[in-house]
Amino acid sequence: MADQIIICRCEDVTKEEIQKLIADGAHTLDEIKRLTRCGMGPCQGRTCQPLIAREVAAATGQKMAEIKLPTFRPPVIPLKLGALAGGGEKDA
Amino acid sequence: MPQNIRFVEIAVAGGGPAGLCAALEAAAAGARVVLIDRNEKPGGQLVKQTHRFFGSRAHHASERGVNIAREIAGAAAAHPNIEVMSAATVFGFYEDGVLGVEQAGRIFYLKPSRVIVATGAAEKSLAFPNNDLPGIYGAGAVQTMVNVYGVLPCRRVLMVGAGNIGVIVSYQLLQAGVAVAAIVEAAPRIGAYWVHAAKVRRAGVPIYTGHTVKRAYGERELAGAIIWQLDENGQPVPGTEKDFAVDTICLSVGLSPLVELLAQAGCRLVYAPQLGGHVPVRNAELETSMPGVYVAGDAAGVEEASAAMVEGALAGLHAARGLGYVQPDFESRRAALQQQLHSLRSGPAGEKIRAGLAQVLAG
Repeated sequence: MADQIIICRCEDVTKEEIQKLIADGAHTLDEIKRLTRCGMGPCQGRTCQPLIAREVAAATGQKMAEIKLPTFRPPVIPLKLGALAGGGEKDA
Repeated sequence: MPQNIRFVEIAVAGGGPAGLCAALEAAAAGARVVLIDRNEKPGGQLVKQTHRFFGSRAHHASERGVNIAREIAGAAAAHPNIEVMSAATVFGFYEDGVLGVEQAGRIFYLKPSRVIVATGAAEKSLAFPNNDLPGIYGAGAVQTMVNVYGVLPCRRVLMVGAGNIGVIVSYQLLQAGVAVAAIVEAAPRIGAYWVHAAKVRRAGVPIYTGHTVKRAYGERELAGAIIWQLDENGQPVPGTEKDFAVDTICLSVGLSPLVELLAQAGCRLVYAPQLGGHVPVRNAELETSMPGVYVAGDAAGVEEASAAMVEGALAGLHAARGLGYVQPDFESRRAALQQQLHSLRSGPAGEKIRAGLAQVLAG
C-alpha cells in the first residue's frame, strides 16, 4: 500500500490531489469543495477544512485570515430524506 | 417547509457547560427556554471529564467534570422554565430566524425570539502519511469511548499534542491500563498545566516537545509511528527519527469552534487562531453582529469549561433581558459574572485568550 496523506476522510481526498488542484488554480475552499466534494461528506468539513485552508495558504502565500470560509448550508448534519419529507414515525 | 413552526422565547443550541448555564441563567431571570442537545444526556464534554477542576473558586473548583455535568443538567431538567430536548440536533439556521431541529428521525421547526448558540468545537486533524489507518483517533473520541462507554480501544498509544486534552487523556489511559509510549508536541513547550503534565512524567511517559509525526505505518491497521524533530523554523530534521510500535495514535492538536449555525445566521466571523479558528464577533454581552443571536462556550472561542459556563450565564442573562426579564439583582449578577470571567482569563495562562478576544470583541 502506497503511503497516502488523507485530507478529507469522508470523501477520501489526498493531500496530493488538493495540492494539484491548487496548482491548477483552485484557490478558494468553495472551489475545492465543488471539485472534490471535500466538506460535503458526513462531517461537513469539520475535519478537512482547516487542513485545506493551510494548503491553500502555503501554496498561494495568503494568510489564514484571508482565506474565506466555504458556504455552510443547512443541514449541518446528515439527515434522512424521509425525515425531511415529513415521513411519519413508522417510516423514520 | 413546515406547517408547524413553534414559537419559543429562547432557544439554546447545545447542552454542554455553556448551553446549560445559559439556559439556567435565562430561566432564573424568568424566560422560557428550549435547550436542544444532540446527545442522550446533556453535559457536553463534561460528561467524560473524570478529573477534578481547579483554578476557578467560583465555579466548581475541585469537582470532577462528570459531577458538574450531572449537577447542572439535573438543575436544567428540573427547572419549570426549561424544556430539555435530548438526542436532538439543530440542523439549520434559516434567514427568517427559524431553526430546523431533528430528533429521532423527525424534523420540526422553532422560531425563537432569542437564540444562544453553544455548539462547542470539533477536534482538529493532522496530515501525515497513512493518517487514515484504523487505530488513529481524535483524543477526545478515545476519551469518550473509555470514560463514557467503558470501551478500551487500545493497548499501547502514541499521543500527539501536549496540551491539556492530550496530557489529561494520556493520564486517564494510564489509569485504564493502557501503555502510553510517548507524548509528541510540535511546539517547543508543553501546553498543558504543569499539574497534569507532571503526573504523566512521574508515571514515566516521555514528552517529546519540538517533534511531530513523520509517518504512521501498518498493513491493515496501525502498527506504529515514526516521529522526528522540528528545527526552530518548524522544519523536520532528517536523522532524528524515533520509531514507536503502537496500535493507536491519539490526535489532540486543537479544536475548531463549530460556527456553521452562526455563519448561516449571518453573523460576522473573524479568524482568531488563539481561539481555534473562525469565531463570531460579539460584544461583552455575548451578542453577535446579528441582533438576538448570542454565542457562548467553545463556539465563541476554544477555552476551558469554567469560562464556557460563565459565558453561557452571561449570554443567558442578556438574552432574557432582551425579552424584558430583568430581576432586581441584574446589575450585581452581571458584574459578578464579568468579574469571574475576568479572573479566569487573567495571568499568563489567559494571555492567548486575551489576545484572541481583542480581535473579536466589539462594542
